[in-house]
Amino acid sequence: MLSTDKSTSVQLSQTKQPNKVAKFLNSKKVVPYVFVSPFLLSFLIFTLYPAIKGIIMSFQSVLPGQVEFIGIRNYERIFNPTFYKALGNTTVYVVLTVTILTILPILFSILLDSKLVKGKTVYRAALFMPALASTIVAGMVFRLLFGETDTAAANQIVGWFGVDPIQWKYNAWSGMFLMVILASWKWMGVNILYFLAGLQNIPNELYEAADIDGASRIQKLWYVTLPFLKPVTIFVVTISIINGFRMFEESFVFWSAGSPGNIGLTVVGYIYQQGIQQNDMGFGAAIGVILMIIIFVISLIQLFLTGAFKRGDE
Amino acid sequence: MNKQESKNKGLKVLINVSFIIVSFIALFPILSLLLSSLRPSSELMRNGISLTFDPSTLNFDNYTYIFTQAYQYWAWYGNSITISALTIVLSLFFSSMVGYALACYDFKGRNFFFVLVLFILMIPFEILMLPLYKMMISFQLINTYAAVLLPAIVAPIAVFFFRQYALGLPKELMDAARIDGSNEYGIFFKIMLPLMLPSLAAMAILQGLGSWNNFLWPLIVLRSNDMFTLPIGLATLLTPYGNNYDVLIAGSVMTIVPIIILFIFFQKYFVSGLTVGGVKG
Repeated sequence: MLSTDKSTSVQLSQTKQPNKVAKFLNSKKVVPYVFVSPFLLSFLIFTLYPAIKGIIMSFQSVLPGQVEFIGIRNYERIFNPTFYKALGNTTVYVVLTVTILTILPILFSILLDSKLVKGKTVYRAALFMPALASTIVAGMVFRLLFGETDTAAANQIVGWFGVDPIQWKYNAWSGMFLMVILASWKWMGVNILYFLAGLQNIPNELYEAADIDGASRIQKLWYVTLPFLKPVTIFVVTISIINGFRMFEESFVFWSAGSPGNIGLTVVGYIYQQGIQQNDMGFGAAIGVILMIIIFVISLIQLFLTGAFKRGDE
Repeated sequence: MNKQESKNKGLKVLINVSFIIVSFIALFPILSLLLSSLRPSSELMRNGISLTFDPSTLNFDNYTYIFTQAYQYWAWYGNSITISALTIVLSLFFSSMVGYALACYDFKGRNFFFVLVLFILMIPFEILMLPLYKMMISFQLINTYAAVLLPAIVAPIAVFFFRQYALGLPKELMDAARIDGSNEYGIFFKIMLPLMLPSLAAMAILQGLGSWNNFLWPLIVLRSNDMFTLPIGLATLLTPYGNNYDVLIAGSVMTIVPIIILFIFFQKYFVSGLTVGGVKG
């Protein structure tokens, strides 16, 4: 709101009597700073301050009305079996979702981009649609499709193969399966769009040249298409890893507060459990710092792989 | 030649059939939700969604109930609409100015600011969550719209997107307007911002959908049932012991149907909004 007030006051004062303040605010040197200041201010209050505060809190015992510096005691407590379980679950989830959400979208986007498919816009829209649904709503549907009874769809299907009804939410492997399939279903279409955009960047001449050289379809795929998809692939892998480590809802929707044997516990779920539910905010903040380090390292690796450190431009 | 052609034809059929199947799988959960909302909800919760069902049991009872008696649900709906609309307005207002300034003005610290935006992009919200929660407690904003909204104002991804878009705007218009006596703010609000409309639409969709489906943060700061947003409210119904399954299932449908309708009309903006990371570089 800050700058609109200023802009109207500028207009008013200019029509009446141009004064120094109005002139100052309207100079090309000052204007950009007026434009960035509301954002900068909200960044300082709602991002930078909490980030620093979070690091400080991780060295404190934070109780209502009583904050005490306790050194690295929170960090010493972190490395316990529950945290290892949360980190292990999250890592398995990341590996599985990244694999699925990279390989299948590459395959689908290459096929969609080829001349072999008719009505690709319809398929593209259909595959994209799951991204619109909230994870809570989608998860509710998945809960019903993967219900415990033999009448639920998933158990009906495994029943065709003579398998007894599965208690999807109560086994470690099937619990992981539920979270992975929910995320894969939701984000497949978005990742396909990333790869489709990447495919548009491949110059047609390269394919023509390959044709003249008598390259087969597989050779063109291997020597032209895939190398050109490398930057998009690095990008998609990175955001999938980061989003995987940030995962919370996919677990919450199946088990809310707690899963049997913590089969659905994730790192963010552990922050929520300790920091919010148990009100142990110092400890929760310490887990957050660990998560931040993991995510920063992944981001740095991505920047490194895309060569951001080599080029001097913006 | 003929052999090659028939081989190609076979491949084409195979690929098209596979895409029909894959698209069906993608749409299956949404379709089964739509269909299930017409079935008796208690039975659905007991037995799950089956592949087979008795068509004679289809009815509109869940919808009748939600439209006539589920007042709580409509409070959630109102909260979600209000919060999403305010998120869109505030985050777009703040970030479009920054993106525009970064693209169209030469000023000291511009590069620093751009790098800062890229840096903010890397900070995951989950890390700020606990300190922000503590801040909201001390501001006494717990259980208010403001608590949900304030952190959402900082939208680095939108700044990034607006900058990329504004780089492509004709700067001559700015000089022409200056000669006509327009001041710098008038140039932005009356001339440049309207030109940025497609990018505003894309970011409105990104921020709006993000807010509409946002879960973790509202879950933490919203306390009372009448302040819940749709995802939080629906999640409270998601217990094995509940008896509001009619609201849950019909309410879920009405949460996603407006989005799907918007998607059908504004597909282009959804695509550019939701794949904004892809324009990097």
